[in-house]
Amino acid sequence: MRKNSPLSRSSLPGLTVAAIILIVGLLLAFTVGRYPISLTDLMQVLLAKLTGHQPHVPQAVESVIWQVRGPRVLAAVMVGAALAVAGTAFQGLFRNPLVSPDILGASSGAALGAVIGIFFSFGIFAIQGLAFIGGLIAVAAVYMIGSMVRSRDPILVLVLTGVVVGALLGAGVGLVKYLADPYNQLPAMTFWLLGSLSAASTADLLPLFGPVALGTAILIALRWRMNVMSLPEEEARALGVATGPLRIIIVAAATLVTSASVATAGIIGWVGLVVPHLARALVGPDFARLVPTAAILGGGYLLLIDTLARTVAQVEIPLGILTAVIGTPFFIWLLTGVQRNWS
Amino acid sequence: MRLEGQSLTIGYPAHVVGHGIDVAFETGEVLALLGPNGGGKTTLLKTLLGLIDAKAGTVRIDGKPLGDYSIQERARIVAYVPQVHVGTFAFTVETVVLMGRTAHGNMLSRPSDHDREVTARALARFGIAHLSQRPYTQISGGERQLVLLARALAQEPQFIVLDEPTASLDFGNQGKVMAEIRALAVSGLGVLFTTHDPNHALRAADRAFLLRDGTRIAEGPVGQVLNKAQLETLYRAPVDTVIDAAGNVAFLPGQAVIPAG
Repeated sequence: MRKNSPLSRSSLPGLTVAAIILIVGLLLAFTVGRYPISLTDLMQVLLAKLTGHQPHVPQAVESVIWQVRGPRVLAAVMVGAALAVAGTAFQGLFRNPLVSPDILGASSGAALGAVIGIFFSFGIFAIQGLAFIGGLIAVAAVYMIGSMVRSRDPILVLVLTGVVVGALLGAGVGLVKYLADPYNQLPAMTFWLLGSLSAASTADLLPLFGPVALGTAILIALRWRMNVMSLPEEEARALGVATGPLRIIIVAAATLVTSASVATAGIIGWVGLVVPHLARALVGPDFARLVPTAAILGGGYLLLIDTLARTVAQVEIPLGILTAVIGTPFFIWLLTGVQRNWS
Repeated sequence: MRLEGQSLTIGYPAHVVGHGIDVAFETGEVLALLGPNGGGKTTLLKTLLGLIDAKAGTVRIDGKPLGDYSIQERARIVAYVPQVHVGTFAFTVETVVLMGRTAHGNMLSRPSDHDREVTARALARFGIAHLSQRPYTQISGGERQLVLLARALAQEPQFIVLDEPTASLDFGNQGKVMAEIRALAVSGLGVLFTTHDPNHALRAADRAFLLRDGTRIAEGPVGQVLNKAQLETLYRAPVDTVIDAAGNVAFLPGQAVIPAG
């Protein structure tokens, strides 16, 4: 049978698979852990919340669901969705299925901002703000340097500039870590840089949701133009798309969602690379279906990984380590199969 | 309508490819652009499309400078068929052709039912309606060329500019694409294409424009411009002419290496 038959191109089965993964992720995340909760108790608590009754479960169960796991679960879903959506946008924009949100220095800029915040013992909001500003400044710098270099391949210049600026920012992060108090600050920085949702609280949710929702909404609104933007530059322009301004809008939206997720959860690599591929395999490359599918799938994916991170060992495993363990072989598999279609 | 370049200096920021070029073509006619590699064919093509700026001189559509049209207005008048490429993502053939409708929508719009009708007609016209749900990455080179032609037609332009439309095609598909180019002009479009084969110009074009080292060597009706002497000047290489009993002319590159008979 031929691969990619018209049937598998329909979006409904793919979306269903993504939704099932998210639902399984949600159920596991709420029930599994140091304090196991039965599915029946979970349903009772949820139903009681909806109907406004008092559930017949121990107080501890309720507080684990609403205070402990609830914020963390929501944060995981949003961070995963954000990274996946940003990765989808960057891969389309750079016509390269091997790029990810780290490519324009967004992640490393946000990381530098955050470690500076930790170094000066700022509060959580200031740290988040600095991470966000760092990400935007890094992308603006990459973009300006990239457009100063006159080249017939502006995309390649932009990617290379991103790598170079990212390396410089990485050195900055190294310097701050070197100067940091090795007993208090350094462990906090290291843990945060490796990616973690263990500190996610209700207060983190709104500053995360706002930028992620805004950036994703912009990208979904531009879905058809993003299809055209994945063609070679000259072709897109000949089809009537003003590629310059549109690229700035897409990059800004993708950076916004990346920075917000880095500010909340630190550096979680590979999600933005792996999930867009899985989503493309489910619904095909049309951004109208791809962006929502990637968002749902990314949420479920990171939720499953976060559940793994807090249950698989006595101590929590940093998320960035788990995503790298899955992402690196995936990347190598993609590289070795370059001849196959990016479908 | 008339698309013309007046005393154009063409090239890239670092170097000039050609200068003093006057070229024009009108709706309803086919102009073939011939010349050796590196002679400036593609640069001239992209300058006329507004994809690279002329270093001097002006490109005009109906007397109005190209710069006065927005990028979207331009795309509704002139369509571009690039050399066949594979593409990065496995869009369906229908989606690729629908992209030709982009200039008829706004920033946020999705293709409408009308856009889908235009797309279906374009696919049917080139006999590739049955491919509409196939991934563009999995069809043959000849089919891809027809898909890109259908996309240009879906743009509903006045002019179509093609960069070596026969370069990667087998013999049969070359003939098919030539016939389609002819048919586009008959239906009222102005067509400009580059080619390495003077016979393709004879088959499909009304006029030929001979470009060498960024300068025009000759221009005029194919029957007058395309002859042994001109082609040998153009390519600095020997050319043989073949004429059959019916008077059909064809050119062979190089000299006979196998004795006739």
